[in-house]
Amino acid sequence: MAIAKILRALALSLVLAFFLFPIVWILLMSFQTNEEILRLPPSTFFRPTLGNYIALISGHLETAAGELDITFLHNLWNSILLSTSSVALALLLGVPAAYAFARFRFRLGEDIAFTMLSFRFAPPLLVLLPLSLYFQDLGLNDTYLGLIWVYQLICLPLILWIVRGYFEDASPDIEYAYRIDGHSWWRAFTRIAVPLAGPGIAAAGLLSFIFAWNNFVFALILASADKQPVTVGALAFVTASGIQYGQIAAAIVLSILPTLALALYAQRWLVEGLSLGAVKG
Amino acid sequence: MSGLAIADIRAQFGRNEVLRGIDLAVAAGETLVLFGPSGAGKTVLLRAIAGLEPGATGRVVIDGEDVSTHGPESRNVGMAFQNFALYPHLSARENIASPLRARGVSAGEIDARVGAIARLLRIAHVLSHPPRALSNGQKQRTALARALIAEPRILLLDDPLRNVDAKLRYEMRLELPRLLRESNAATIYVTQDYREAMALGDRVAVLQNGVIAQCGAADAVYDLPANREVARLFGDPPINLLPCRPQAAAGGIDIEAAGFRLHLGAREEATGKDCLLGLRPETLSLSDHPIAGGVAADIVAITPLHERQVVLTRTAAGEELVVSVAHDVPKAGSHVWLLADPRAALVFEASAGKLIQAPMAIRGCAA
Repeated sequence: MAIAKILRALALSLVLAFFLFPIVWILLMSFQTNEEILRLPPSTFFRPTLGNYIALISGHLETAAGELDITFLHNLWNSILLSTSSVALALLLGVPAAYAFARFRFRLGEDIAFTMLSFRFAPPLLVLLPLSLYFQDLGLNDTYLGLIWVYQLICLPLILWIVRGYFEDASPDIEYAYRIDGHSWWRAFTRIAVPLAGPGIAAAGLLSFIFAWNNFVFALILASADKQPVTVGALAFVTASGIQYGQIAAAIVLSILPTLALALYAQRWLVEGLSLGAVKG
Repeated sequence: MSGLAIADIRAQFGRNEVLRGIDLAVAAGETLVLFGPSGAGKTVLLRAIAGLEPGATGRVVIDGEDVSTHGPESRNVGMAFQNFALYPHLSARENIASPLRARGVSAGEIDARVGAIARLLRIAHVLSHPPRALSNGQKQRTALARALIAEPRILLLDDPLRNVDAKLRYEMRLELPRLLRESNAATIYVTQDYREAMALGDRVAVLQNGVIAQCGAADAVYDLPANREVARLFGDPPINLLPCRPQAAAGGIDIEAAGFRLHLGAREEATGKDCLLGLRPETLSLSDHPIAGGVAADIVAITPLHERQVVLTRTAAGEELVVSVAHDVPKAGSHVWLLADPRAALVFEASAGKLIQAPMAIRGCAA
């Protein structure tokens, strides 16, 4: 018993160390200067500095080669704006669509649903070239609106397919019962169907937020510096005078904080099965 | 008229015709039991009446008003689903209150009415619980309370006792008739259990292959089932069916089947045809000594059922017959003699299964 327990703890520690090592390493790097990071062999002990964070937040970076202006905070704001609006729009469009696909049979229904899914398989570079030409014609190039629109390629299929499954799992009888009680179709949708699919909607929203947040190539090609999210903004740290590893590490730490916080917060909604005990068996 | 009248209800899924023209009328305060095997279309018919089956055609008239084109929310129907269909994210209280909220009833009145019906159904102590914290019996009562609370003109109960334990089923069989009478709604009660049908139904309509095969008082359906299938389904233990070929005899027919020799009045049309002799288990009598006209058989197995014993016997010819008797029987393996009561014997056509009977019409249920 005791040995099994120890082995179990050991195995868990190994797994944790394996997965957490890169994150811990980056966290440590973010408190070191570039010189300390590049020292060989790596120093086990160092004097932590907040210099990287101060540079990111103030937007001024003093390096050996001179002064560098960085727009990291603006990039962070862009990321938040783009991801949040994209997920909000995708939820607005995707949840009713998922409901329709789950509850009704209609002509070409499965084909449309599958086409939406296939957007996820298509390599982004394939669509980006023609898209950037069209966007220039339409005046959508380098606009938040254009980016949010393109981000639907990431968010909408994900939300549609995850939420659809949750709608299908809930017994339609529950909605029928609500209609018979005297409530309209719309109220049955908003008061019964959507709350019951709540955990699924939260999961899909969270996942698509993370995918949108991590997107790189759409924003790289379709937007200029002042509209770009952190993923693209991090390129600015690759300077003529060298790569600013310390700032990159600090930028990574700052940019994973929102998704990490969201994931931790939403976790309990994801786990809770609301529909348990609703119907027999 | 007040109550429910439906005419020519049809429903089709793909090429499968589920309902093929159903006509029924149920008066206010009356309970009609809709009986039939699973897959007969009972639930589809209820859903068509409630307005939940967009593919169904036909007329639904409630209290003289044609509601065929109305949505489910404006038909003033109460329905209890087989799977309860409670709202899992709302408390039992809010589940029951839902029809009143839809009707814009004031908060104070909702409290009073929910409290009253919860006391009546003995669920007042669990009103604050979510459905997942309720026992099956409490769920079923909550669903029933929700169906009843707004005093609907039509009450549709889809096998509400199917998923509850035997004791509660028994209790509810005793309580439901009073509840339904007090509600004064026209009630359609779906069940596959003939005992429930006997206990609850003012009338019984048997749905079979998408049509109403028979409609009438529960006793009448039991005594004179319209066809072989109805006879088989409506009764437990099931009826004994023995192949036979009736011969003409003075004033009726003579039947010889599995050693029984019976003379039945009238029913001359059965003469010379392949038929089935139907003998209800409780119309057979069983004796441990030879009796005149008795058929020798061995007892194969005995199942005590309440105050009766259900006995499986096998005749010398190998026919198995179920007998239900109120007295003690010899143990399995004993030799016994069976006697049939010709007055309770039924004759069915072997091919179509139709009941051949002394002239007496089986009435329909339409308005």
